[in-house]
Amino acid sequence: MFSGVMANAWAVGTIVGVVSGVVGFFVVLRGASFVAHAVPLSSFAGAAGANLVGADPVLGLAVFAPVAALSIGWLGSRRRRDVVTALVVAAMLGLGALFLSWSTQYSAAVYGLLFGDILGVSDGQLWLTAGLAMAGLVAVALIYRPLLLSSVAPDAAAARGVRIGLVDMLFLVLVALITTMSVPVVGALLMFTLMVGPPAAARSVSRAPAQTMALAVVVALATVWASIAASYLSTWPIGFFVGVIAAAFYLAGRAWSALRR
Amino acid sequence: MPDPQPDALEAAAPWADVAGADVAGAEVVSGAGATVLRLEGVSVSFGDRLVLDEVGFSVDRGEFVGIIGANGSGKTTIFRVVLGLLAPDAGRVIRPRRHIGYVPQKVAIDPDTPIRARDLVTLGIDGERYGVRLPSAARRARVDEMLDAVGAGPFADARVGTLSGGELQRVLIAHALVGDPQLLIMDEPLANLDIKSGHEIVELVARLTHERGLAVLLSAHDMNALLPHMDRVVYLADGRAVSGTTGEVVRSDVLSELYRYPVRVLDVDGTIVVVGGHDVRVR
Amino acid sequence: MTGFFGSGPVHVALAAGAVTAIVSGVVGVFVVVRGQSFAGHALADLSTLGGSGAFLANVNPLWGFVGVGAVIAGAMELFGVQRRRGRDVATGVVLGAVLGLSALLLYFDTTSTSTTGATITVLFGSLFAASPSAVPEMVALAAVGVVALAFVYRPLLLSSVHPELASARGVPVRTIAFGFLVLVGVTVSLTSMVVGTILSPALLIGPAATALRLSKRPPVAMAFSAGIGLVATWSGVALSYASYRWPPAHAGWPISFFIVAIVFLTFLCVEVPGRLRRPSAPEAG
Repeated sequence: MFSGVMANAWAVGTIVGVVSGVVGFFVVLRGASFVAHAVPLSSFAGAAGANLVGADPVLGLAVFAPVAALSIGWLGSRRRRDVVTALVVAAMLGLGALFLSWSTQYSAAVYGLLFGDILGVSDGQLWLTAGLAMAGLVAVALIYRPLLLSSVAPDAAAARGVRIGLVDMLFLVLVALITTMSVPVVGALLMFTLMVGPPAAARSVSRAPAQTMALAVVVALATVWASIAASYLSTWPIGFFVGVIAAAFYLAGRAWSALRR
Repeated sequence: MPDPQPDALEAAAPWADVAGADVAGAEVVSGAGATVLRLEGVSVSFGDRLVLDEVGFSVDRGEFVGIIGANGSGKTTIFRVVLGLLAPDAGRVIRPRRHIGYVPQKVAIDPDTPIRARDLVTLGIDGERYGVRLPSAARRARVDEMLDAVGAGPFADARVGTLSGGELQRVLIAHALVGDPQLLIMDEPLANLDIKSGHEIVELVARLTHERGLAVLLSAHDMNALLPHMDRVVYLADGRAVSGTTGEVVRSDVLSELYRYPVRVLDVDGTIVVVGGHDVRVR
Repeated sequence: MTGFFGSGPVHVALAAGAVTAIVSGVVGVFVVVRGQSFAGHALADLSTLGGSGAFLANVNPLWGFVGVGAVIAGAMELFGVQRRRGRDVATGVVLGAVLGLSALLLYFDTTSTSTTGATITVLFGSLFAASPSAVPEMVALAAVGVVALAFVYRPLLLSSVHPELASARGVPVRTIAFGFLVLVGVTVSLTSMVVGTILSPALLIGPAATALRLSKRPPVAMAFSAGIGLVATWSGVALSYASYRWPPAHAGWPISFFIVAIVFLTFLCVEVPGRLRRPSAPEAG
């Protein structure tokens, strides 16, 4: 289970787990679960388009994910963004439907991009993922405090000179970035659960920001690793395990905080 | 969000240009200590609506100034101008270079949010700075001291979203003050507090004002809670302002002229009641 | 032209499309006003489960969508409504779990029946392939939905705009919220038949969002919304029919693409001019 092609799956999965925990911490803090769901879905259309012209699907992801994220950021106001999010993802997926209709013999690849494929991780993808992850983590480290403050008390942040619009855009770009690296492995439909379930579980247990983020990473890693192993052993799609295990952790967190009260 | 344009606003005042310098060195007309904040003839319009109409007042070091006015009278707009978040259409704003401590009106935080009171206060030190910062004992000590000063020690490790109105207000004050500002601005701090908590907060702020030589500007729609502590009052109606001591401003003739409507000021056993022309309560 | 209007599948498509557009246009206005776009989107994704289950069980997909959609809607409302903020995480997690389950079912689908088209059909719709017998069922369902909406119209409106006032006046806010979400589930099932589960939020939310920017009065907005949806759907059918000879595949471009594109472009037309005039309005204070 650990050799050959699977080694890449483990490596990418681990990286994805770490970044999901870190970025996911902010996704839940900012109430951006819908955006976290919408960006990967939108990027799927890009992958379909890339496949159509014979390019690497990851290239399509890398283009469509930021376009979707920034469109949502520009078209919607920070407080009422749900309508714009729904429409941007629908528009992108409409394009995806178009691309799919133009190509033939595509269903298996569609399935893999939507629900995850642990066997298809190339070395090139591994290096790309590692690079994007480094960039993402550095970015988070640099904007950590303004991002944290503007997520919790935006008025206070603005008064101190934090450019909350800019910070918000950076956050969206981070979501796009993690989308690009994760979708090939975990799937467009389900990768957002890694950004939502583990941090939500973590914050039921931990009170301080840094500790919560660390715990989110731990839970995300546990989810990814368990999913990879289960998918390998059962040949069932990895997306299924990610979705269900993330939900399980979330419920465990809810149960824990209900019991504590 | 329009970025603050400090140069345009502060260029006129020579002493405000000296970065980080204590304002005490300046030539200032008005009063006991140095003027920390001054508005002159500030007007702001949103479209056709004139929200602020040539508003002028000042706040000195050690002064506790209240802005009194109904909702919609322009209080929040004044704060945004003072903070540099909104450029006035006319007039001058002179404000300190060292940042201003701000306690916003509405801070709605989910109870699950993994931020403790002490984390929020820590962000008050340098929450706007980019870059990595390692934990330090000195910083933690400073945060602890601030938390104790506002009486938030007992709940320093509680999640911010689980605090009561009064408790959260104390934490927000600590957040605003831990960075050692010269001016503290509070937007309707009493709005959602019960009477007792409200009085406690006002007393806390007054005490901190005198202990730390702060200048404080806070807004409310009922001045009675502030009466014992206010040095001066800025009375706002329909975007027009009158400022001075309570005795100078809160008078029937002055307020009638301000409201452009007959207003009577009554002292009912120490409580000031402002009543409109025909026994209609105007707040 | 006569080919278009004389064609059987086109009739079915126009009829099914019209019914769906009207219902989702009207219901969508409330979805947008209540800020439940994520719930609407989640319900659409979740009804994938119903669709894929129906394929597996060889049942008419409409009932798969409707059955599962209604049940899940009810569960969602019961599950996490207390805090507005907590709700979006709960929605996301439930969505993830159920999508995961759908993934599994679709996987069994591909391996057991070797009809790889199931995924595409459920997710993206195939209106031209809808059978004529589906239309009466859809009409009936849509009629039920509209009648239900008319019945609770005023309490629903009040509790959407002013929940505290509504409950003070004796409106059973939670029951209405529950019922409304079930109605959304049913609506979404209908739109899923037309454009597939993944795109049905477009028909639910797009025309409504556009209409609300044109008029704040609910009856007018609902009329506009239904109208926009209708125009988009019929144009989509016509364009898809016309595209039969277009490159690259010469098999016609999908209806769902045209419908969504028209809906989105309409929305941009009303939204972008405002956004350009005021570059991100200040949010603080």
